[in-house]
Amino acid sequence: MATSSVSKGCFVFKPNFKKRKISVPIEDYFNKGKDESEDSKLRFETYHLIWQQMKCETQRLQEELNKNLFDSLIEFLQKSHSGFQKNSKDWGSQIKLREIPTAALVLGVNVTDHDLTFRSLTEALQSHVTPYVVSLQSKDCPDLKHFLQKLVSQLMDCCVDVESKEEESAQKKTHCSMDSLSSWYTNVTQTDPKMPRKKRTSSQWQSPPVVLILKDMESFTTKVLQDFIIISSQHLHEFPLILIFGIATSPIIIHRLLPHAVSSLLCIELFQSLSCKEHLTTVLDKLLLTTQFPFKLSEKVLQILTNIFLYHDFSIQNFIKGLQLSLLEHFYSQPLSVLCCSLPEAKRRIHSLSDNQCENIRRLPSFRRYVEKQASEKQVALLTDERFLKEEAQSLLENLYVYHTNYFLVLRCLHQFTSSLPKYPLGRQIRELYCTCLEKNIWDSEEYASALQLLRMLAKDELMTILEKCFKVFKSSSEKQLGSTAKKIEELLAQFQSLDAEAKEEEDTSGSHSKGLQKTDLYHLQKSLLEMKELRRTSKKQTKFEVLREKVVNFIDSLVREYLLPPDTQPLHEAVYFSAAHTLREHLNAAPRVALHTALNNPYYYLKNEALKSEEGCIPNVAPDICIAYKLHLECSRLINLVDWSEAFATVVTAAEKMDANSITSEERNEIIHLQCSVY
Amino acid sequence: MAHLENLVLCRESQVSTLQSLFGERHHFSFPSIFIYGHTASGKTYVTQTLLKTLELPHVFVNCVECFTLRLLLEQILNKLNHLSSSEDACPTHITCETFNDFVRLFKQVTKAESLKDQTVYIVLDKAEYLRDMEANLLPGFLRLQELTDRNVTVILLSEIVWEKFRPNTGCFEPFVLYFPDYSIGNLQKILSHDHPPEYSADFYAAYINILLGVFYTVCRDLKELRHLAVLNFPKYCEPVVKGEASERDTRKLWRNVEPHLKKAMQTVYLREISSSQWEKIQKDDTDPGQLKGLSAYTHVELPYYSKFILIAAYLASYNPARTDKRFFLKHHGKIKKTNFLKKHEKTSNHLLGPKPFPLDRLLAILYSIVDSRVAATANIFSQCLRCWVSDLQRPHGAPCSAECFLSCRRTFLPTAFLELPLITSLVTLQLLTLVGHDDQLDGPKYKCTVSLDFIRAIARHETLFRLKTVLDMDLQVSSHKCFSFLKF
Repeated sequence: MATSSVSKGCFVFKPNFKKRKISVPIEDYFNKGKDESEDSKLRFETYHLIWQQMKCETQRLQEELNKNLFDSLIEFLQKSHSGFQKNSKDWGSQIKLREIPTAALVLGVNVTDHDLTFRSLTEALQSHVTPYVVSLQSKDCPDLKHFLQKLVSQLMDCCVDVESKEEESAQKKTHCSMDSLSSWYTNVTQTDPKMPRKKRTSSQWQSPPVVLILKDMESFTTKVLQDFIIISSQHLHEFPLILIFGIATSPIIIHRLLPHAVSSLLCIELFQSLSCKEHLTTVLDKLLLTTQFPFKLSEKVLQILTNIFLYHDFSIQNFIKGLQLSLLEHFYSQPLSVLCCSLPEAKRRIHSLSDNQCENIRRLPSFRRYVEKQASEKQVALLTDERFLKEEAQSLLENLYVYHTNYFLVLRCLHQFTSSLPKYPLGRQIRELYCTCLEKNIWDSEEYASALQLLRMLAKDELMTILEKCFKVFKSSSEKQLGSTAKKIEELLAQFQSLDAEAKEEEDTSGSHSKGLQKTDLYHLQKSLLEMKELRRTSKKQTKFEVLREKVVNFIDSLVREYLLPPDTQPLHEAVYFSAAHTLREHLNAAPRVALHTALNNPYYYLKNEALKSEEGCIPNVAPDICIAYKLHLECSRLINLVDWSEAFATVVTAAEKMDANSITSEERNEIIHLQCSVY
Repeated sequence: MAHLENLVLCRESQVSTLQSLFGERHHFSFPSIFIYGHTASGKTYVTQTLLKTLELPHVFVNCVECFTLRLLLEQILNKLNHLSSSEDACPTHITCETFNDFVRLFKQVTKAESLKDQTVYIVLDKAEYLRDMEANLLPGFLRLQELTDRNVTVILLSEIVWEKFRPNTGCFEPFVLYFPDYSIGNLQKILSHDHPPEYSADFYAAYINILLGVFYTVCRDLKELRHLAVLNFPKYCEPVVKGEASERDTRKLWRNVEPHLKKAMQTVYLREISSSQWEKIQKDDTDPGQLKGLSAYTHVELPYYSKFILIAAYLASYNPARTDKRFFLKHHGKIKKTNFLKKHEKTSNHLLGPKPFPLDRLLAILYSIVDSRVAATANIFSQCLRCWVSDLQRPHGAPCSAECFLSCRRTFLPTAFLELPLITSLVTLQLLTLVGHDDQLDGPKYKCTVSLDFIRAIARHETLFRLKTVLDMDLQVSSHKCFSFLKF
C-alpha cells in the first residue's frame, strides 16, 4: 500500500473489505489441473462421507473407553458429596477434619488427548453431578488472584442467571475473594432453587457441589495450589468444593507439590485411565482391521503412523489426524479413489466412469500385471473395449472385497495363534502382525517358520483354547467362503475332545505293559529296557495328539497361504490403499532444519518460480537475498570474512541488475520481489 | 470464667496473660500483641474463644485469604462496619485501596455508638503472609492505635518467631506471647475431652492412650491426632460391639487395635490412602495391603524417544561438559587417569544437584546414545514438549481439517518450523526446567529435575548395551563410592 506522505513512519491502513477474496468452495481445491479433474467433486464427497463415518466411530470408541473411568469418578463424586450433605450431627464427623474430596486422575503423558477427555468429563459431570463444573489451566493462573478470578468468571458463566449476571459483571473484576464466592454460592443455591434444579435432573441435592478440574496439575505453582487449598478448606462448609487433578506423570507429584500440612486437607483417591497403547489397539481394530471402511493403509504408511505414535507422542488424536491426512491425500492424489466406497456404490460408479478414468485403470500397475496373465483375446478386449473393462473391473472389485473379508478373519485367527507364543516371534500386537502381512508373503519370513515350530510344541489345553477363540472369530462373520473353515475348526475341536477318552485307554495299556517288567534279572531288565526305548522312539512321533496337532498347524498354515496374500498382489488395490508414505512423512514428521536448508539452498523448491531454476552449484542472482547470502556462506569454510562475504554478495546482486535489462522483464522481477517479501 | 476454663484446656497461663492485657472493656490495651507457637498449639482457638466468650468487639481475618492489600483492608473495614451497625440492614460496602484510606475510614467506622468506649480487636491470623505484602502494612498495623487515635488492639497470630518479622526500617515492638507445644499429658487430656456420647470417658481415654503411644513419636499435631482418633475408633470398639470383650478389657482391645494403628501410620497419616478409603477398608475388613498408595504408582510410560531425551538430559545435567568427549565419542584418545578429575569434582555430582546445560548439548548426547539414526525432525525437537503442551495446536503442521490441509498445500511452505517455541516449553511435566528467562530464544538452557531412581527405572526398560556403559561411566565420575547402580 502506498501513502502520499513524504515523511517516514508507520501508517495505519484500514482493511479494504471490498477487496477481500471470495473464499473458494473446498471441493474446488481438489482440482489439481485441467486434465486431472476427474470426478474431483465426487471424490471430495466420498472423502467427506468416509471421514464422517470414521470420526463418528472414533468418538464412539472414545466414549466407550472412557465410560468405566467416568462412571467410577462420578460415583466417587456423588458418594463424597452425599457424605457432605449428611447432617453431620454424629460425633465422628463433628470432630474429624473436613477434607476436600479430591480425585487424582492419571491420564498419561499424551497431553494432546487430555483436552478431549476433559471436555467429555465436563459434560458427563454436568449431566450427572452438578451444573457447576470449572476447569482451570496452569497458564491462566500464575498467582492466586488470577486463579480466583478465572474460577469466579467461569462459575458465573456456569450459572445461567441472566439478571444477576449484569450486576455481577461489574463486580467480577474487582471482587473475587473466597468470601464473595461462598456468598454467591449460597445466593444461587438458596434464592432460586428452581433454576439449577431444571438442569440437574438426576441429582437429588439441594446444594450441588462445585467441581474444579485442574487440567495440568504438574505445572501449577506450589504456592498457588497450597494457598487455594488452605483457603477453600476453611470455606468448605459454605462452599462444597470437589477437586479433580489431571496428572500426566505419576501421582507422586501430589506429594512433591503439596506439603503434608496441605495434603492432609485433601481426601485423595486415584483414578487411572486406559493406557494409550491399548487405546491405539482398539482404534486400529475398529478403523482399519475391518471391512466397514473401504479405505486401507499400506504397510509403510501404517508404519509411519504407528512409529510417530510409539516413538514420539503417544497421542491418539495425532494418530487419527494422521489417518485423516492419509485419507484426504488418497482422495486428492488418486483419481481412481472414486472407487473407494461401499461395494454396491463402487459398482454403480464403475458404470459411469469416463474414458479418461478407464485409461487410468489400464495404467494401474496391478491391473497391467493382471492383464498380462490373461489369454491374448481377453487382453485385447480389456485394453480396447471399455464396456468389457468395466465389467471386469466390477468383478475385480468384488474379489477385492471378498479378499478383505477373508483377510481380516484369517489375520485375527493367526494372531490368536501367535500372540501367546513365547518371545512373540510375530509380534504381540495384531498391528505388528498386520504390518508384516501387508509387506510381504508372511510365510517366507523366518519368524513365521519359527512361530510354526513353536506351535508344533503347544500343549493340548492351550491349543484348544486358541481353537475355540478362532472358532468364535469365524463364527462372528457370516461369510460363505469361510463358513467351511469354521466347521473344520469345530471338527478339530471335537477330535481333541475325543482324544481325552482315548488317552485314558492308552494309559491303561501302557500301565499293563510296564507290569511285564517285573521279576527279571539285571541282564534281562537292561535288555527289555533298551527294547522299550527303541519302541518308544518309533512310537513317539505318532501319538494321536501329535498327529492332530500337526493337522491343526498345517491347517492354519494353509489358511495363511491362501488368504494372507499381500494386498499388492490384488488387482485394483491402488483404488483403496494409500501408499504415498513420503508425502505423509513430509507432513507429519517435519524436519525443520532440512526444510530451512532446502528453502535457502534451492528456493525454487518452494517458490516455484521459473526464474529461480538453476543448475547445481551456481547461484541465481534473482534469488532472494537471504538465499544468496546463505549460499555464499556455504562456500566458505569454518571462518568467514565479513568484508569478503558482503563483497561477494554485492557482486552477485549487481550482476543481477545488469542482466535485468536484457533477460528478465520488470514484471517478472516484481513478482520475485513480492515472493521475497512473503518469505520474510 | 469457669465456663472459659471448660472450653480452653491446658492454656491457663496464656489465657490469664491475655486477660490481664485486655483489661477492662474501656481500658486502652497494648497496641499490638504478637502470638506465636507451633501448628495446632491453640493460638487461633484460644484467641477466638476468649474474644467470643468475653463478648469483645473483634474482627477475625485470615491473611491467606486476603492475597491483596485491598482485600485485607476491605474485609477488616466491612466486618467492623457490620459490627457497629448490627441492627441496621445491609451496611454499604466500603472500598479501600491504601493504608492511608484505611486509617481514615477506620476512624469513621469506629465512631459508631456501639464501638465507642471499648477496645476493638483486630485479629490477623497467619500473619506471616503480611510480610509479602506492602512494606508499610506491618508497621502500620503494629501502631494502629497511635495512627488512628482509637482504642484498638491488633493481635497477630503466626507460626514464625517475631525476629523474622521485624522490618529493616524498624517498627513498634509488639507484646510477644509464646504458646508452647502441648505436652503428651496435655494432648491426652484434650483428646479425651471430646469422647463420644455412647461410651464412657474412661474408655475413650484408654483408647487415646494407645493412640498416643503409637503416634506421638511421629505426630504431635493436635488436629491430625484428633482426626486419626476418630478414624480408628470404630476398630477399637469393634470387639465391644461384637460382644467379644467388655469395655474394661483393655489388654484385649489393645491387642486388637495396635497393629491396625501402626498400619494407619504408614498409610492414612501420610495421605497415601485417603481417609474415606481407610474407613471403607475398616468397614469391609479387607487387607489394606491390597490397596496401593499414591507412591506405589511411580512408573511413567513415556514414548520411546522421550525416554532417551530424558536420559540425555540427565547425563547432561549431572556430568561436566568436559567429560562428554570421553563418554560419547568412539575415539576419544587416552586420558591420563591421575589428573582427570579436578579436586572439587571429587564430590559426587549427585549431591551437587543438576546443572544447566544448553540445548545443543542435549541433542548431541541424544544422538550418541540412541542406537538407530534419528532424523532431526520437528517431532524429535518437540516430543517431550509438544505433546505436553496442549495449547500448541498442530505444532508440526499436521493439518486438522480439509481446508487447512488444502490451503497448506497451496502455500509454498508445507511445514512449519516450530523448533524454538516448542523447546521453550520444555517441559510442563516438570521433568526438565528452563533456566533463566523464557524469552531468551538463542541457546536456551535447561536443567533436568528428575531423580536418579526415575532415570534408572526408565533406563532399565531400554536395555541397550551402549547406554548401559555410558551410565556406568557416569557413575565412575560422579561418585566414587558406588551406590549400586543400574542392574540391568
